[in-house]
Amino acid sequence: MRHSLEPGARRTRGVPGCTAIIIRKRSQNLNCLHVFPLQEWKSLEILAHIKTRKQAAVTMSKRKAKDSHLTVGDCVSQAQRLLRDRFCRQQLPAGPAGVEPQHKHLLELLRRTAVHGESNSVLIVGPRGAGKTMLLNCVLKELLEDSEVKKNVLLVQLNGLLQTDDRVALKEITRQLQLENVVGDKVFGSFAENLAFLLEALKKGDRSSSRPVLFILDEFDLFAHHKNQTLLYNLFDISQSAQTPVAVVGLTCRLDVLELLEKRVKSRFSHRQIHLLSPLGFERYLHCVRQQLSLPPDVPERRFSQEWNASVEALCEDKMAEAALKKHFNSSKDFRSLHMLLMLALSRVTVSNPTIRPADLLEASRLCTADAKANIVHGLSILELCLIIAMKHLNDIYDGEPFNFQMVHNEFKKFIQRKSHSVHNFEKPVVIKAFEHLQQLELIRSVDGSSATKTQKEYQLMKLLLGHGQIMEALQKYPQCPTDVKQWAVSSFG
Amino acid sequence: MSVLLQNQGYADERLRVVTKRLPCREAQASTLLALMGEPEQHSYPSIFIYGHTATGKSHVTQTLLRELELPHAVVSCVECVSSGLLFEQVLLAFFSSSLTLPRSPCLSDFVRLYRQLCAQLPATQTRYIVLDRAELLRDMDANLLPGFLRLQELVEDNVTVILLSEIVWDKFRPNTGCFEPLLLHFPNYSKAELQEILAQDSHPSYSPELYSSYINILLGVFYSVCRDLRELRHLAALNFPKFCEPLETGEAKEKDTHKLWRNIEPHLKRAMQTVYLRDVSSVQWEQQQQTEERETGGLKGLSAHDHVELPYYSKFLLIAAYLASYNPARTDRRFFLKHHGKIKKTNFMKKHEKTSNHLLGPKPFPLDRLLAIFYSVVDSRVAPTASVFSQISSLVTLQLLSQVSHDDQLDAPKYKCAVSLDFIRAIARTVSFDIVRYLYDFL
Repeated sequence: MRHSLEPGARRTRGVPGCTAIIIRKRSQNLNCLHVFPLQEWKSLEILAHIKTRKQAAVTMSKRKAKDSHLTVGDCVSQAQRLLRDRFCRQQLPAGPAGVEPQHKHLLELLRRTAVHGESNSVLIVGPRGAGKTMLLNCVLKELLEDSEVKKNVLLVQLNGLLQTDDRVALKEITRQLQLENVVGDKVFGSFAENLAFLLEALKKGDRSSSRPVLFILDEFDLFAHHKNQTLLYNLFDISQSAQTPVAVVGLTCRLDVLELLEKRVKSRFSHRQIHLLSPLGFERYLHCVRQQLSLPPDVPERRFSQEWNASVEALCEDKMAEAALKKHFNSSKDFRSLHMLLMLALSRVTVSNPTIRPADLLEASRLCTADAKANIVHGLSILELCLIIAMKHLNDIYDGEPFNFQMVHNEFKKFIQRKSHSVHNFEKPVVIKAFEHLQQLELIRSVDGSSATKTQKEYQLMKLLLGHGQIMEALQKYPQCPTDVKQWAVSSFG
Repeated sequence: MSVLLQNQGYADERLRVVTKRLPCREAQASTLLALMGEPEQHSYPSIFIYGHTATGKSHVTQTLLRELELPHAVVSCVECVSSGLLFEQVLLAFFSSSLTLPRSPCLSDFVRLYRQLCAQLPATQTRYIVLDRAELLRDMDANLLPGFLRLQELVEDNVTVILLSEIVWDKFRPNTGCFEPLLLHFPNYSKAELQEILAQDSHPSYSPELYSSYINILLGVFYSVCRDLRELRHLAALNFPKFCEPLETGEAKEKDTHKLWRNIEPHLKRAMQTVYLRDVSSVQWEQQQQTEERETGGLKGLSAHDHVELPYYSKFLLIAAYLASYNPARTDRRFFLKHHGKIKKTNFMKKHEKTSNHLLGPKPFPLDRLLAIFYSVVDSRVAPTASVFSQISSLVTLQLLSQVSHDDQLDAPKYKCAVSLDFIRAIARTVSFDIVRYLYDFL
């Protein structure tokens, strides 16, 4: 147990006297208090902003409903606005649907840090779109509703995508703790001094009298790639010794994230993990769809919203739409991809088509599941298509061995001589240009990248990145495909 | 045919202008517009648009954004050698800010500055960042692409990132996944659509029907090879004067389509070999067309074939290298030895039916073999002087030969021949050496 020095003793040390006061809540030094105003959590502000906006919309529509009727256009645009906010901004739901136990666990954990000054570390693990951030934000929202806590807690949010190394991360931490004026580039230049200062500041406190700090590390696995994992080591080290109370919350989609940590880092981690592997059934999924799409009764107008909700109900009952949803559900259960689907369906709602119909959903699902490679193949010229067929034959004959341009050209020439009526012979350079276009589209890839510069381009070994089935399927739908080319593709020997 | 774009948030008049500007892309434009929604509404964080070159990806997006006067930043990733340039362009377009980014900024700096500026200048309308040629983002910092895909969340602003690329999304996805964008496909223009678009730039002094029939002929020749609108437009503009020649001299009337076709067709075929491959520049092609009547000689293009001049022995060295690369070593006896002992006739004549070396590519060979073949093919006696060796190394410098082994092997370096059959034939012809007779593949 290390205890911080008495305040008086601290001040006598001379060096920026406020080091430890930063996180002291009951500091006697009044001068220092106003230097560090409360860290405002920005997303909370936004939440509040949304709330007021929503309320404003509600009151507005109420008032309008009394005065006059909104036109269909206004209704549609208001409904669009509301639903778009839901699908695109990842607005927080009222409660954590389906993850209540995890929610309770995390809330309890963070509350202990915030109120009782206990240090903790936890990882939230779950696949992309499983609702990790949603869960955390819900918990934080609830936690910070308590004004005592809100006044007390400092929040630091880092993202592995943004803070790509420890130096940047450290800068960001200082910034978020609003210590720049103390640190300043002039006083401390180097990374080491900066780190030492922060650590000192965090270590100085003890658990009874320091302001707790919550560290949120989004994309946690990326932090593990930082050199020596200095940041993680220090954070975890503080979290498991009786210094300033900190809670380190990591969010990651990698199940094997612990393997990435060095031994010394791992041993300091509490090994607390919260898994979000939602066992969502199709019934629940359908329920979510309904919930996500439905409008509140008075927004934008009673009659419109009733009609809308009825149409949503009808949509979920519809057999075809249900099949499409089932297909989508089977490919991925997460909310992100559902939002994408619903967003596509929603975008088809216009004034002339003011409700959401099953046809819209089917179209959206078609767009979502379209095979991108087949789409690209459909846009190729006949010559390029012939080359792909030649490659397919080579793959069949040589059992997937890589090939070079010369072999493909040979195969193509054989076809021209023997069977072709519709395709003429092309000069070799023209064929090479077509071949290079395929490479540019990444439909074929050179096998060894490094030696590619040494060999002639005709003899570079290539691999086809399309499957047999994909080619045949794409060929079936190719617009105005000559019959002889089609037959050549089907025939078993080139 | 032309369906008017519809959207609540914009004036009809403006949408009509946009529709006019986007021929044959009504469906795509209306889908995109519907996704973007009204200007004040939130839009999806990232949209990924893919399709072949010249299918109107950038054109549609940019026309929509410009004509509807939405706040947007268009950045071509080709221009951005560093991510700093990219950030700067975006910030400049949105905030026209004088606030400077730090030197070699990272995504974190960008996001921080964006948030700062955004707090001063909050968005009333959705902001759009268009990243053209987005496939190049993959080669930049690894965190850039995932970062841009979820930029809306990171900066907490109403911003949408539109990525344009001709490569499918599957090739972009990082190892651990990322925020999935909305995928939109722009299909190619069909033949009829190409005809319609190309026919729009008709020549003022001729009737539109004539031009349209010309385009028809042009597409007949090029459509099976090339569907790139830009390339076709270039070819059309370049060859039209030739098409009109009989009309100007009075040999044919506008109605004699067959005559005109016969006149232009061989011409277009030749254009395919030269203009399409960029063997000659446009100016050269035009000059050739004028001088063509006088000179019947072959076209001299930009390709290396016709320009390489080599010393006499270098030519033989190159020939020897070619033979060494494409013939199996065991056949050397038979090609280059006058008295090659007694070999069984059957064995001698029999050629194994294997894939020829001209399919598999050149094989490496040691220096000794090269010199041995060289002495037997060259017609005079050459001493193995330094000049011969230096010629070998200059062939390597010219990249006609390539050295396979490491540089530290001074004793027995290995080479590969790096020229094509056509090239070596042209070389052999200049020294009247019948190379085909010496090639195992052509026995």
